[in-house]
Amino acid sequence: MNVIIGLEIHCQLSTETKLFCGCSTDYRNDEPNTHVCPVCLGLPGALPRINRKAVEYGLRVAKALEMEVLEESEFARKNYFYPDLPKGFQITQYDRPLAVAGTLEIEDDEGHAKSVRITRIHMEEDPGRLVHMGGGDRARYSLVDYNRSGIPLIEIVTEPDLRSPQEARRFLNKLRTMLEYLGVFDGDREGALRVDANISLEGHERAEVKNISSYKGVEKALTFEITRQRNLVRRGQRIARETRHFQEARGITTSSRSKEEEHDYRYFTEPDLRPLRVRDWLEAIELPELPVARRNRFMAEYGISLNHARTLTGDLRLADFYEQVAAVDPALAATWVADTLLGELNYRSMGIGSVPPDRFAGLLRLIRDDAITDRGAVDVLRIMLDQCSRGEACETPAEIVRRQNLGKVTDDDFSAVVRRVLAAHPQAVEDYLSGKKGALNFLVGQAMKETRGRADPKAITRIMVECIGSEGGF
Amino acid sequence: MVSERDIEHIARLADIGITRDEVAEFTPQFNAILDYFDILDQVEGGEPPAPDAINVWREDEVLPSLTQDEVLGNAGASEDGFVKAPRVM
Ligand SMILES: [Zn+2]
Repeated sequence: MNVIIGLEIHCQLSTETKLFCGCSTDYRNDEPNTHVCPVCLGLPGALPRINRKAVEYGLRVAKALEMEVLEESEFARKNYFYPDLPKGFQITQYDRPLAVAGTLEIEDDEGHAKSVRITRIHMEEDPGRLVHMGGGDRARYSLVDYNRSGIPLIEIVTEPDLRSPQEARRFLNKLRTMLEYLGVFDGDREGALRVDANISLEGHERAEVKNISSYKGVEKALTFEITRQRNLVRRGQRIARETRHFQEARGITTSSRSKEEEHDYRYFTEPDLRPLRVRDWLEAIELPELPVARRNRFMAEYGISLNHARTLTGDLRLADFYEQVAAVDPALAATWVADTLLGELNYRSMGIGSVPPDRFAGLLRLIRDDAITDRGAVDVLRIMLDQCSRGEACETPAEIVRRQNLGKVTDDDFSAVVRRVLAAHPQAVEDYLSGKKGALNFLVGQAMKETRGRADPKAITRIMVECIGSEGGF
Repeated sequence: MVSERDIEHIARLADIGITRDEVAEFTPQFNAILDYFDILDQVEGGEPPAPDAINVWREDEVLPSLTQDEVLGNAGASEDGFVKAPRVM
C-alpha cells in the first residue's frame, strides 16, 4: 500500500520587524506582550502596512524553488475565532498567493534524484502564542502572549509527492538548509518552522496531522500515523478524514475533538492593503550560492570527498566554519570537522556556533605539524568544547597541550621508555628473539601504556626493533 | 432567500449567541437588506474601479511597541504578563 504525503511548512522569515507593523521580531528572551502595538494587537482603527523586506524574502524563496510569481497577488482575511488571533481574522493570502508551481529536488529512499513539486507559497502573519494552564486537556484557562502575533511567515505547500517519513525528513532538511542559505530563515530559533502533514494510504481517506514543530517530530508523527492507518485497514475499519494533533512528548497523534465543523473561513480580500505587483523584482534578486553549488565547489576547490562535502554543506554555519579553517589543510580539516567535531558537538548538544574557528584551526595546525597524535588531538578538542560549553574563556590548543602534557613524545623520549620496558620484561624479549613475534605486540603495548597513548605505535615498534637489534644481549 | 438556518449558521460563525425569537426577527431583516443589494446590482457601470495604488510598503525598521501595562490595560483579565482567555482546545 503506497503512502502518500504532502506537507505544509510554515517558516518564520528573519526580518527585523513584523509583517504589518514595526514591532521587533526579536522577542524570544523578553517578557510576554512587550513586542506588540495597536496593529498586531488588532486594536480598532489600526492599519497594517506591508514590510517590503518580507516580500523580498518571499520572492527569494520563490526564485530558489523555480516558482512562477503571480503578476498580481493580494492579501486576504481568514475569519475565525481563537484567543491567539486578536483581530478575529488572520491576514494571509488565499486565491492569489505570491507564487505557484515550483520544485525541489531530493533523494528518494533508494538514493535516486526525485523532484518534489511545490504547489504554492503564500505569506501570512503568525498568530500569538497560547499557554494552556492546568496541564493539557484539563486546562482551565489559556494565557496568551501576542509577541509572536504578526511575525512574517511563508507557508510552503507541496503536492502529495512524498512517499515515506524518511523522504519527508530529507525534504524538510533540504528545504531548511536552502532557506538558511538564502538568508531568510533562522532554524535555531525555537518554533521558527512548523509543519502540517497530509497523509494517506493509497485508495483511502487522508488525515491532516497538525502541530509538528520539530524536524525529528515530522518523521515520528508520520511513522506513527502510517502504522495507525495500516492497522485500521488491516482490521477492515474505515480511515476517517479528519484533523489530528501530534503530541510531541508522547510521539502519537490524536483526533482533534472539535468535530471540524465544516470550516467556513469566509475569505475575502483584505481591504486595508493594496495588491502586490512584484514579479519584475525577480530579475534583480541575486541568489547566493545554494547548497548543491557549494557542495560541488567544495569538492573542486578543496579536493574533498562527496560525502564530506555533502555533510559540510548540509548546514550553512558548518559550511562557513569549514571554510574558515580549511586553509590549514583542506583534507585534514574536512575529516576533523565532518567526522570528529560533529560527533563531539552532537554528543554535547552543542551547535557549531559555539566553537571559535581560530582555536579549531590552531588544533588542526598541531595535528598537521605532527605535534600531537590523533588521540591527543581528540583530548584537546574535548577540553576545548567543555570550556566553550561552560562559557569559559577557551584556552588555545597549544596551551592545553602544554598544561595537560599531551604533546607528542619525541624519539629520544621513546628510547628511554622502550629501554625501560625491555629491561622490565626480559622474558618477552627472549620470546621475541626466539621467534615468537607476538611478544613484540605485548612490549609495544606496555610502552604505549607508559606514554599514555601519546606515542605513535609505529614509531614505538620501529625503535623497539632497533633497540633489541643493537642491544641483542637482552 | 436567507433561511432561519442560515441566520443560525452566521451567528455561530460570528460567535454571537442569539435567541429563537431573534432568529425569527433577523431573518426577514437579512432578506430585506439583500433585496436592497439586488436593486443596487441593477445600477449601470457596476465594475469596481481599478486600484489606485499598488505596492504600498514600509521599510523593515523597528518602531517602539506598547508597554506591557498598556497592552494588558485593554485585556479583560491578565496573569503574569499574559492575557487571560477562556480555555480552548
Ligand atoms: Zn506591532
